[in-house]
Amino acid sequence: MSTWRRLQVKVCTAHGLLTSRRVTERHTWLSGRLPPCQSLSTGTPLRNDFFKDLEAQLAAMRRKAADALPGSSWSPFEVNPNLPPERADIVIVGGGVMGWSIAYWLKQKEFSRGAVRIVVVEKDPTYSKASTVLSAGGIRQQFSLPENIHMSLASADFMRNINEHLGVLNEDPVDLQFNHSGYLFLANEEVAHIMEENYSTQRYAGAKVTLLSPTQLKEKFPWVNTDGVALASYGLENEGSFDPWTLLNAFRRKAISMGVIQCCGEVTGLKYMSSIVTTADDERLELRRIKSVRVHMPNSMEYQPVECAIVVNAAGAFSGKLAEMVGMGSGPKDSIAEIPLPVEPRKRFVYVVHCPDGPGLDTPFLVDYSGVYFRREGLGGNYIAGASPEEADEPDTGNLEVDHQFFEEKVWPSLAHRVPAFEKLKVTSAWAGYYDYNTLDQNGIIGIHPLIPNMYFATGFSGHGLQHSPAVGRAVAELILDGNFQTLDLSPFGFRRILDQEPMLERNIV
Amino acid sequence: MSAPFMRCCQRSALLFAATRRPLSSSSVSTPLHRRLLLFLTQRYYDVEMLLSWKSNWKRRGIEKKNAYYGYTERLHGPDIAAAFYILTMKGSFRYVGQSEWFGSDPSAKFNWDFLNHKDTQLEEVNMSHTLISFRGLRNLEGQRSLRTLSLRGCPEVDDWFLSRLHIFQDSLEELDISQCLRITAGGLAALRNLKGLRRLDVSSLPRISNPGLVVILLEEMLPHCQITATGYNYNPRQEQDETAPARTEVGTGQG
Repeated sequence: MSTWRRLQVKVCTAHGLLTSRRVTERHTWLSGRLPPCQSLSTGTPLRNDFFKDLEAQLAAMRRKAADALPGSSWSPFEVNPNLPPERADIVIVGGGVMGWSIAYWLKQKEFSRGAVRIVVVEKDPTYSKASTVLSAGGIRQQFSLPENIHMSLASADFMRNINEHLGVLNEDPVDLQFNHSGYLFLANEEVAHIMEENYSTQRYAGAKVTLLSPTQLKEKFPWVNTDGVALASYGLENEGSFDPWTLLNAFRRKAISMGVIQCCGEVTGLKYMSSIVTTADDERLELRRIKSVRVHMPNSMEYQPVECAIVVNAAGAFSGKLAEMVGMGSGPKDSIAEIPLPVEPRKRFVYVVHCPDGPGLDTPFLVDYSGVYFRREGLGGNYIAGASPEEADEPDTGNLEVDHQFFEEKVWPSLAHRVPAFEKLKVTSAWAGYYDYNTLDQNGIIGIHPLIPNMYFATGFSGHGLQHSPAVGRAVAELILDGNFQTLDLSPFGFRRILDQEPMLERNIV
Repeated sequence: MSAPFMRCCQRSALLFAATRRPLSSSSVSTPLHRRLLLFLTQRYYDVEMLLSWKSNWKRRGIEKKNAYYGYTERLHGPDIAAAFYILTMKGSFRYVGQSEWFGSDPSAKFNWDFLNHKDTQLEEVNMSHTLISFRGLRNLEGQRSLRTLSLRGCPEVDDWFLSRLHIFQDSLEELDISQCLRITAGGLAALRNLKGLRRLDVSSLPRISNPGLVVILLEEMLPHCQITATGYNYNPRQEQDETAPARTEVGTGQG
């Protein structure tokens, strides 16, 4: 009883407190405006309650009507919008310049709009480890294989008319910042004859190259030390360096505007159907046909199996892992299926140096016979230098840490020997990137594996994938849509040489 | 498939410049008809298609004008073909050993007198304010005695055109590429092969970011060449020089 009374008292006092507050509020408001009858808020509302609610309700009704009408994307199920579509025609694994180039050319060549549904899967949208954006960005025609020269010429043609190909209506034109510096290869006496043979191959294929003797070299570039140089090969046209990020984004923007679906995720598995086939020599082979690709979302357990007809392996340094998923390299002994994809990542370092007394505007992309190269970057006396390490001491590919000892021991001495002005330089910055290194012959692999009829490879370019990407993209699109190469015959880059273990060596690898 | 297209349209809506070729940044707001066209392009595929046809048509027109005059070359020889190409593009030229210029009067009727001089190379070519492009340069390839080339104000001359000029490296002495809107510093690096160049005019190139530095680097690259570079705003340094004496004058006045 007493507790009940106490509660009542409490309620009364509380009520009294409230009423007193209302009285005080009324007093304060009498000077200003008329207070509403039952409001406890201290602010003055702009309008009457009724209209405020009505407006909110009308807005909610409008939203519901818009969702219900056709054309809205409302659905009662919660769907993750970042998942790739459940079915696609072509899945391109790898969103580097090669993957997007293939996507663009496929869309360019399809015979009716929307005929081919393409999904490009890239596991790292920041491109922090991608070889494309970490490359030195040069293009040259000075190769020893005619196919490589043709690809470079076709790619230079593409870049010359890049706005015709990759220009999107009402958007900024593409500016590759192409620096027409030309490449300068130096050869000592041992390799001078190889350089002369390459020169005739290059001229025959249509590249504008010229040979220089040491005296002519000294006359043209007085800052070069011609000690030990027997012959130099200099590119006059279509050679230089450009911005790889711009090219990648141009391909991506144009491909997305043509309807390619971009997906951020990692391919963790492939489902395939096997069938055993007996050859004419009574050998039993297992053909594997990929049915779907399992795309895992980043930082999540979600995945989406994408059913597809064709998978393109443009994963660059990581293409070996994708090939293992489909069983390449794990077949019975002495069979074709036993040979793995010979592409592995190799780490290469690039150093940015500042030298105020260095060579000027006409600096070519100089490649010494010792493997050291450098090129000018910008107008402020900055240069990009690097070297390919020997086979024996390849750096560890676990991370992208830069080894500055390598610069001090291997790069700087050769650089200072070749260009005396570089004795006084300062390393301002450095980065490391992966080469998708083809361990067999350092040339690209373009084509289909005979036992996996719907996986197309465009990988293993070992440092010259970026400069060949427009030409390779067109070639792979022709392979997929037309069944055969049309403009450039790149069949020597097919799988046959891998399975026969006959390397097609390129003698001018940087 | 429609979703990415819509995405593309929305992305282009984020751009505020609706000009077709925003080569120079201008603070003038876009005219009403341009804004209306942009609005319609973002919402209707038909408008987008028509506008892309229009720009393709324009580009193909320029390509056709710069086509290779193979028929003329087969009938009259490469020099007459080059001369005919220059006159059709409304340029003018002078033959080696002759003193009269053909095509220099824009209001006169097309003069066929140039046919009288067969197999004479061209010495001076003036293609200012014409639509010459990289493809058109193929018509002038055989001219090994070309000494003067003027390309002032040509809208289609870009860095790739300059990189092709190495074919004239032995003979070219004077080159004028002022007011060409597409040339950048990367293309000027391509002029390193023209060792015989004596006079170079690189005035008023809007896409060069540091004109003073580029001119100094060019002078280093081509030591025997006299470089003209007017029309650039070197103001920041001049402003400092102007205010410094003013301050000292004020100081002496007060002190």
